[in-house]
Amino acid sequence: MSHEKQSFASDQEVRWCPGCGDYAILNAVQKFLPELDIPRENMVFISGIGCSGRFPYYLNTYGFHTIHGRAPAVATGLKIARPELSVWIVTGDGDGLSIGGNHLLHILRRNLDVTILLFNNRIYGLTKGQYSPTSEIGKVTTTSPLGTVDQPLDPIRIALAAGATFVARALDVDVKGLQQVLRAANAHRGTSFVEIYQNCNIFNDGAFAAFGEKAVRAERTVWLEHGKPIQFGKNGEKGIRLKGWQPEVVEFDPATPPSDLLIHDSYQETPILAEILSQMVYPQLPVPFGILRAVRRPTFEELHAEQHQKAKTKHPQLNLMAALQQGQTWEVKA
Amino acid sequence: MTPTTVQRHAVVIRFAGDSGDGMQVTGAQLTNVSAIFGNDVQTFPDFPAEIRAPAGTLPGVSGFQLCFSDHDIHTAGDALDVLVAMNPAALRVNLADLATGSILLLNSDNFQAKELSKAKYTTDPREDGSLSGYQVFSIPMTELTLKAVEALKLSHSQAKKCKNMLALGIVCWLFSRPLESTLEWLAQKYIKYPEMIQANQLALKAGYNFAITAEFFAQRYEVPKAQLTPGTYRQITGNEAIALAAGVAASLSKRPVLLAGYPITPASSILQSATKYAALGLETFQAEDEIAAICAVVGAAFGGGLGITCTSGPGFDLKTEGLGLAAMTELPMVLVDVQRAGPSTGMPTKSEQSDLAAALYGRHGECPIPILAPATPGECFYIMLEALRIACKYMTPVIVLSDAYLSSSAEPWRLPDINTLPDLTLSFCTDPNALNPLQRDANTLARPWAIPGTPGLEHRLGGLEKNVKTGDISYDPANHEAMVHLRAEKIQRITAEITDLELIGAATGDVLVIGWGSTYGAILTAVQNLQDEGLAVSFVHLRHLLPLPKQLDALITQFKTVIIAELNLGQLNAVLRAKYLIDTVAYNKITGKPFLVSELETEIRKLVVAREKINVP
Repeated sequence: MSHEKQSFASDQEVRWCPGCGDYAILNAVQKFLPELDIPRENMVFISGIGCSGRFPYYLNTYGFHTIHGRAPAVATGLKIARPELSVWIVTGDGDGLSIGGNHLLHILRRNLDVTILLFNNRIYGLTKGQYSPTSEIGKVTTTSPLGTVDQPLDPIRIALAAGATFVARALDVDVKGLQQVLRAANAHRGTSFVEIYQNCNIFNDGAFAAFGEKAVRAERTVWLEHGKPIQFGKNGEKGIRLKGWQPEVVEFDPATPPSDLLIHDSYQETPILAEILSQMVYPQLPVPFGILRAVRRPTFEELHAEQHQKAKTKHPQLNLMAALQQGQTWEVKA
Repeated sequence: MTPTTVQRHAVVIRFAGDSGDGMQVTGAQLTNVSAIFGNDVQTFPDFPAEIRAPAGTLPGVSGFQLCFSDHDIHTAGDALDVLVAMNPAALRVNLADLATGSILLLNSDNFQAKELSKAKYTTDPREDGSLSGYQVFSIPMTELTLKAVEALKLSHSQAKKCKNMLALGIVCWLFSRPLESTLEWLAQKYIKYPEMIQANQLALKAGYNFAITAEFFAQRYEVPKAQLTPGTYRQITGNEAIALAAGVAASLSKRPVLLAGYPITPASSILQSATKYAALGLETFQAEDEIAAICAVVGAAFGGGLGITCTSGPGFDLKTEGLGLAAMTELPMVLVDVQRAGPSTGMPTKSEQSDLAAALYGRHGECPIPILAPATPGECFYIMLEALRIACKYMTPVIVLSDAYLSSSAEPWRLPDINTLPDLTLSFCTDPNALNPLQRDANTLARPWAIPGTPGLEHRLGGLEKNVKTGDISYDPANHEAMVHLRAEKIQRITAEITDLELIGAATGDVLVIGWGSTYGAILTAVQNLQDEGLAVSFVHLRHLLPLPKQLDALITQFKTVIIAELNLGQLNAVLRAKYLIDTVAYNKITGKPFLVSELETEIRKLVVAREKINVP
């Protein structure tokens, strides 16, 4: 069953600022959804509050624009009631890591079978330019005129710490990469956490340009692929290896790569490699993109269903009458 | 000397001791015995907030009061006829409630110097004359227990633990209660620990036999069976009733029903009880916090399930934004607030009715949400089903206000006839040619419920204001006004569901008493007593607080005085004054304890005498 690209766009006029990174993400998602063998009526996009929160209105699926930070909690209830639905959560760096931090931690540790798209623009856009939990330290904004003093959180590290079974990062303007990640995220059984670096051209323009700009991307980012060496550069002339515990860049002739180049392993049971890679920041190291981790562990829905069956076999006689009569009963005669 | 047997219509007894003395268990078991025997029973457990305060101290005292009677009763009694005090602290805390001349059973083994000083006694009350007004029976309960179980070679602490059964044995003899059902119950309770079955049974019998042979008591008492409506009965507490209703809803609706909560006193036992009904289709979910619990319920409703979340005051505060989202997106769900003394952390195990204002006005914006309040533990079951029915019919969240008193209070409950339970089958919008998933029912103004998985009805819900016709986001001024009015009108139309308002007494008179929630029993008893004296007092107890029953409009103007008795500072009173422009009288109590029948009688009697007729517009 396939659909045309157009059929996933809703009839609503898109109201993000011209030049917003969200357009690219919306386009990528609208191009990607037709690939899936899922009827439109079984898809639900759930968002919180923020510019990212408007996402569901622009897709012709079921959607729910909920309250700030709480989309994962709403999604959890929906999946308990309707485990068969394809549920996508759209959140942002403020919605997901500030007010919503708690719910994000718990949905990740529960491994609910949903995909979470976190649009990280390192700022609060909808409310016009306050700093967010991912803004760099010292950032001058409307509520931090002398610069922030808070150390930022890294969404990937948070996800790994919470035990997320699928963790990936994409860039809004890298459509091909984003779609590759979306494809894998959808295929993954369990919570798929995808951080998307998204440019807010009005309140935080160029937040990722230093390494994300097309001209420098090959030199300053690395695309991770399971089983392949962690290699980057215009001609693949750089790679990552470990010096003790630390990743370091090594340069070489691409024809003869060194034998101790790190090989990416996204299926590692314990996410040690993913955690090391998540520490790579520009300019010291290339920024990693792609799938850092993808492991299989029972989903919340699977375990929940198993328990429910167990409960039924434990009390096979429990019907309505039996439930009413629990405990001791006695008769009062006329 | 053979004791004489005296017949009594009712006995009010309180068991009190350390948190570790098993007073709740003992009281609950006597309740069971009396209910099965055929008396009407009402209970009032009173426990401390801490799990186990230091033994023998005043804060550590745990109590269980029950009344068993030969007639219909509605409260666990004002003054005690019997106080069983296992230590000096229990005596000190509870003595004031013991009626003069009544029975005091003390465990003399605990009235040593150390225990007396922990309870802040400087002299032994048994010797300093302070107990001269009571019939004091000072019994070495611990020693008797240890002797009774000697042959079993238990550890000292295991043996001592059985003394609550010894106390129960004494009480059973004193009030002519049979032992059989307790002996059976012990066999079941300790089925994995046979030596504990034996020990407790021995202690029970030893207490009973002691009461006979030691010739301690000159009198023993009988309380004949009451005439209850014929049927099959079980005991039920308010929280059990709520959990049971959730399970029954799962069975009746054949839809996923989700009960999501977060542990909080005194609502936690609802979530715990609910896990028993998994086989009926009830899903339970302990969320990471109160907000997640209500959001999960909203999510389940979005998917076409029924959702219930249970909490107490502090959790109710947290759920406010979630309630607003449910109201704005018009999704059905039920929020149960088991009220406790507030504000803030307050007194977690004490009861109060002070969340009404929060339920009425707690949300930002114009956001009316229907409110129901059960009057008795058994009624919690029916109110829950009614709340779910209203929620689905009008596409709205519904608040149910219970309280700590109802949560753990037990009463005999007649099992309902399954065929009379409300129809909870849910209907969803399925016609892909329906003009708009947001078209409304002409009578209720409810929007149709179109759920994910339905082809052709894909739509987006959200907290933003929406166009009254298309459901698209709208900031249009006239549209907002129309939507605010529409949502309010929808809730008002719920008055159509309130088919009657029970009036106890004549439709006109001197005083109309109005109450709501768990105060029902005390108010009813007081009013009935006054009516028996010939006073023109009537009583109406509201189960619907928003919208208010239409039937109240005519009734409330037919009395010289209207008094609203509440365990808060006059929250319902404020509502009724504003709505009806009547100079009502408020009788308020805010101690964490229930109304005494006597205080209500005094207050109402004063009004009958004092007030002139009030002119009403």
